[in-house]
Amino acid sequence: MIQLILKRLLTYIPVLLVVIVITFLMIHSAPGGPFDAERVASPEIIEKLNEAYNLDKPLYTQIYNYLSNAIQGDFGPSFKYPGRSVSELIMSGLPTTIELAIYSILFAIFLGIISGLVASLNPGKLLDIIPMSISLLGICIPSIILGPILVLIFGIWYEVLPVYGWGDNPGDKILPTITLGTAYAAIFARLTRGGMLEILGQDFIRTARAKGISEMRIVLVHALRGGILPVISFLGPAIAGLLAGSFVVETIFQINGVGRFYVQAAFNRDYTMILGTSILFTFMTLSFVLISDILATFLNPTLRDSGGLE
Amino acid sequence: MRILFIALIFLLSCSGEDDTGSKVDIFSQQGILLLGNGTEPSGIDPHIVTGVPEHKILLALLEGLVVFNPKNNGVLPGVASDWSISKDGLIYTFTFNPEAKWTNGEIVKPEHFVYSWERILSPELGAQYADMLYVIKNAESFHKGQIKDFNKVGVSALENKLIVTLENPTPYFLNILTHYSTWPVHPETVEKYGGMTNRTNQWTRVNNFIGNGPFKLASWEINKSLKVSRNELYWGNAFNKINGIEFLPIDNELTQDRLFRSGGLHLANTVPTEKIKRYREERSKELVEHNYFGTYYYRINTRKYPLNNVKFRKALSLSIDRDLIVKSILKGNQKVSYSFTPPDEKSYNPRTELEFNPSRAKLLLKESGYESNSPPLEVLYNTSEGHQKIAQAIQEMWKKHLGLNVVLTNVDWKVYLSRETQGDFDISRAGWIGDYPDPFTFLDMMVTERGNNKTGWSNTAFDELLKKAASKISTEQRYELYEEAEKILIDELPVIPLYTYTRTYLLSERVKNWQKNILDTNPYQFLSLE
Repeated sequence: MIQLILKRLLTYIPVLLVVIVITFLMIHSAPGGPFDAERVASPEIIEKLNEAYNLDKPLYTQIYNYLSNAIQGDFGPSFKYPGRSVSELIMSGLPTTIELAIYSILFAIFLGIISGLVASLNPGKLLDIIPMSISLLGICIPSIILGPILVLIFGIWYEVLPVYGWGDNPGDKILPTITLGTAYAAIFARLTRGGMLEILGQDFIRTARAKGISEMRIVLVHALRGGILPVISFLGPAIAGLLAGSFVVETIFQINGVGRFYVQAAFNRDYTMILGTSILFTFMTLSFVLISDILATFLNPTLRDSGGLE
Repeated sequence: MRILFIALIFLLSCSGEDDTGSKVDIFSQQGILLLGNGTEPSGIDPHIVTGVPEHKILLALLEGLVVFNPKNNGVLPGVASDWSISKDGLIYTFTFNPEAKWTNGEIVKPEHFVYSWERILSPELGAQYADMLYVIKNAESFHKGQIKDFNKVGVSALENKLIVTLENPTPYFLNILTHYSTWPVHPETVEKYGGMTNRTNQWTRVNNFIGNGPFKLASWEINKSLKVSRNELYWGNAFNKINGIEFLPIDNELTQDRLFRSGGLHLANTVPTEKIKRYREERSKELVEHNYFGTYYYRINTRKYPLNNVKFRKALSLSIDRDLIVKSILKGNQKVSYSFTPPDEKSYNPRTELEFNPSRAKLLLKESGYESNSPPLEVLYNTSEGHQKIAQAIQEMWKKHLGLNVVLTNVDWKVYLSRETQGDFDISRAGWIGDYPDPFTFLDMMVTERGNNKTGWSNTAFDELLKKAASKISTEQRYELYEEAEKILIDELPVIPLYTYTRTYLLSERVKNWQKNILDTNPYQFLSLE
């Protein structure tokens, strides 16, 4: 297993390299530069600025320099925030983004699995149709729409929850968590329902019932373990998606996470910040996919025996 | 599963203090201002930053030779307790206040200003606001690398005096000094944390920052808040009634509005346009609206056919119903523009006109020789609902009154700037906010080959008038010359002014002594909280 993990980790190197090079070329080909401003600087000043940030060098030299420094953990200075390094800015927002993603995934798992379970135990009945219809709605409504709707209801009409910040006021984590987690809760609900229906129809469940084991025990102990396997497999991409998609929620609720840098950097043509955040999100996506594969392997004997990660 | 649920609820409700009243109420009692400050500041180095949010913060942390007087747009003593001007208007001698100190207790010396001005004028620093100091003798030559010896620049320290020699009599020089680019930095600190011209200098970090303003830097959490607290060593501390300020970087105006309404801010620096009417009706005491020293205009690329024809440009201007734009689209008390420089009844008030006259417009279009089968004109603007509405209205007016086909191009901010700078546009929307209260800050932009001209327009008479004005000591004489220049501009129309900006924001009634002024600047030491 360790060998397989190491093998998988090795494949990350070319993936990251490709991401860096493509991102690098894309941002340099985009019109507009980091020093374009409403108040136009003289050509002499632009020249000095380009020199200061090594933008006067040929592209291949710039890529080479960037990669050499990035290997040593130096992602360069931010163009937008002089005096601050990209690593420092990312680290200032990463804990909040991770916290937001964790709460959202916990919320999504909790709500998704419960709804999926209830639906799978009542196939074709109202208790199946209602949660599944709501989950379809949850998948369809993007967070950019859901966030302001929740703010309007709970923040403006009923004034029961704060609409700004993260960890500054009681309850200010609730709306961002729900906004970010809802779509994944909906997906988890459908995955759980599907997984459970498949397991509940298998022979070992029928045997358990024949033995007179209580339905509650059958569902929670015997069926759930296999029933939530699709959820576990999807957990990695889900967390990666949550992290990468957090910028919308961070913007709506003005949360000081790293997602906002991701978007602002593109608008500001903050080249080093675009690269730094792209590398971060690529790395995290790959890592969470790996973790979820490992988890799925442990939970599924078939996968475990065959090496799983293959 | 139950444990998971309980844990989730616990984690979600975990937070700091237990808030029982409005935050504004509690903070007002503590003398702390809560300000919505737009975007996250890119920094707080006065010689590097360029934006409004940065200015609002620097106003608390640093102080120049003089301080902006929010009541009359003039100046008050700052680090300089007194100053004298030579008869020819060329030499300014500033006497330093012996009580003016840095936050580390050191006295602010004239040498610190010499160092600071050398820093911003050093080409290696790449300061984008260095041209603010071009009025000083040889400053431009030094900045452009034509002279290397800073001793030749017209600034020197003599005991407790700073002597500044100007290129021309510049009666608005004191106003320029209220701009943060002229404010001092603490030389030893700058040297210690990176050196004079190092853009990645670390001197602005919370633990390193040494300032001389009414407040000192207390904390800075990126994208969350920047806090300043009272500077006990500030020379005017006895008169300062504010204990601290919390600057909140909220770039989403709806979020800011909600936060203001829920008592989380003393000041929301913008108001969503669609809510202005409601605020006027329901919370008029909190809604502040006043003139702003800025013009919204359309920039014309005069290098291109048919825009190189002045009659065609006039036809464009004459077919714009500015009243309709202001009343039906903007609805924010903006004023229709009749000049490029925003007029001020008490000082510079040019008698230029920009009428709406479709029949004359048609006539001029015909006279211009415009061929109706020419390719459509493009109006370029950066992505914004407001710009789009105005562009659509003007597109409709030009179609209706002149039969012109106009396409609207909406691009992101950096693409827009890049295309404008390269001259890759026909007509582009533009806006300009004056840096100091003098018409020069507008008119100078249109001088031949100025970086911000961008229109390709050049007029020798206009350039000469501005040069001539620079040599005048008398403000009246200067304004007369400016008005002549303004007339040339409005007659030639390389820019089509549309309206004068209005500042619209929300201010808690607990904030006292707030002054509505055209630069929208209120030094915090003059405010109080109830």
